[in-house]
Amino acid sequence: MEKYVKIENVQMVFDTKKGPFVALRDINLNIRQGEFISLIGHSGCGKSTLLNLVAGLTTPSNGTMLCAEREIAGPGPDRGVVFQNHSLLPWLTCFDNVYLAVERVFARTESKATMKKRTQAALALVGLSHAEHKHPHEISGGMKQRVGIARALSMQPKVLLMDEPFGALDALTRAHLQDELMKIAADTQSTVIMVTHDVDEAVLLSDRIVMMTNGPAATVGEILRIDLPRPRERLAMAHDQAYHEYRSEVLEFLYRRQLRPAA
Amino acid sequence: MNAANPGKEGVKEIMASVDSIATPKISRISPPTNANEPAPAAGLRFPLAARNLFKWLVPPVMGLALFISIWAMVAQGNPTLPGPLKTWDSAVQLFSDPFYRNGPNDQGIGWNILSSLERVAIGFGMAALTGIPLGFMIGRFDFLNRMTAPIISLLRPVSPLAWLPIGLLVLKAADPAAIWVIFISSIWPMIINTSVGVTRIPQDYMNVAKVLNLSEWKIFTRILFPAVLPYMITGIRLSIGVAWLVIVAAEMLTGGVGIGFWVWDEWNNLNVEHIIIAIFVVGIVGLLLEQALVLLAKKFSYE
Repeated sequence: MEKYVKIENVQMVFDTKKGPFVALRDINLNIRQGEFISLIGHSGCGKSTLLNLVAGLTTPSNGTMLCAEREIAGPGPDRGVVFQNHSLLPWLTCFDNVYLAVERVFARTESKATMKKRTQAALALVGLSHAEHKHPHEISGGMKQRVGIARALSMQPKVLLMDEPFGALDALTRAHLQDELMKIAADTQSTVIMVTHDVDEAVLLSDRIVMMTNGPAATVGEILRIDLPRPRERLAMAHDQAYHEYRSEVLEFLYRRQLRPAA
Repeated sequence: MNAANPGKEGVKEIMASVDSIATPKISRISPPTNANEPAPAAGLRFPLAARNLFKWLVPPVMGLALFISIWAMVAQGNPTLPGPLKTWDSAVQLFSDPFYRNGPNDQGIGWNILSSLERVAIGFGMAALTGIPLGFMIGRFDFLNRMTAPIISLLRPVSPLAWLPIGLLVLKAADPAAIWVIFISSIWPMIINTSVGVTRIPQDYMNVAKVLNLSEWKIFTRILFPAVLPYMITGIRLSIGVAWLVIVAAEMLTGGVGIGFWVWDEWNNLNVEHIIIAIFVVGIVGLLLEQALVLLAKKFSYE
């Protein structure tokens, strides 16, 4: 489907004490089914705001947003969200954290045993079957983020929304999880929208990179199509000419055309 | 194994066994940094465990000893005040038969403590049953918060005993009036702590509830309740402290069986040893209640 997620003339205005603040304007974006999209831009450019709009956590001041031909009118299990800080509930085990999501979507149609299998499958997908019965404080930051991804995927969402999912992780763990995310996205043919500030991450993972102009009143500055063959190998990419060209193009946009004065 | 070794190993073994016996007892009260503190050369003569024992056991014992000796000296100069020894003898006699009944006004110390605890349990229990749900609602709905805020700020600082006449007037009996005083004075910390806990739930958790589109019931059982539980337990702990503080005063005024009335009764009998014993009993029971709730709170902390 060409326009699986459709964002048309979206504007977001926040009411502040100093009057209305225009965060986003004239956002137009169509996303194909199975596409991996990155939103990149300097901090404060409203990329998380845009993601929250798609998630339904906030409603746009203007414009229309559709997901699989249905209007986005609030949060729903058809859009799985992975938060930057994992947001696992500390009093539930990894299994129960994921089960909470599974139960929400499948309780009406499936038996407990099937839902249990679904939960275990989601944890197996991110390689955490062994940590099923651990609580979040007993596992590492990378593992927590993986449980977050498992929770989002377990609902079989139409779109996976990720807000700087690896921003809080160290470089090695981040690389490892990026590789895994690539594999999972390919296996499940997920449609993904990911907010990031990491140029390498954006180029490595995305089909298209949406580069946003600086706020206030930020909008889509440029969209870069990444035509690198999949599966992509991190090490091979390091010597790939095309990869480096894409990378410089994003850097060019961020640091020459949209440089923030004293950011 | 050469000739010098057995001796050294013997020392090590003794130290190890001292460690294994003594540390579990100490680790509960000593901060964890102490356990890792390197024991330099002095450690050989004076093992770590023994030093910890000294550090954590000797000061409290010295404090208690000082307290008792000052008490003994004051008692020496003032013959109406019984000294520690006299009080101890009296306590041994008193606790040798704690559960006797010679009519309504002469019962064993055990019965007195139990009746006081019963009143506290009923008054406090009713306060918890109303205060905690009320706290949840006040925390969840801003309108209710604004509505109740002036009433709570107005009534909370009122001295507990000021409620007693109202209780006597409305309930027309001493015992329910005492329970009423416990209820009204112990309800505030639970309302306030629970509502503060609800408003302090991290936005992250509420976002999870939103994106998963959870039902109100699931939000309550899976997010609200567990997140507020630590705050709630703090409220309960403060409340139980207040309740136990107030019961003695309330019972002095209302009479019947109970530790407070017992103190008043013994004052009328000029049995000062028993009054001192009662002070210790009230203190120890309060300490035990507090400790039990601290343990409970530890069980429900998630980090």
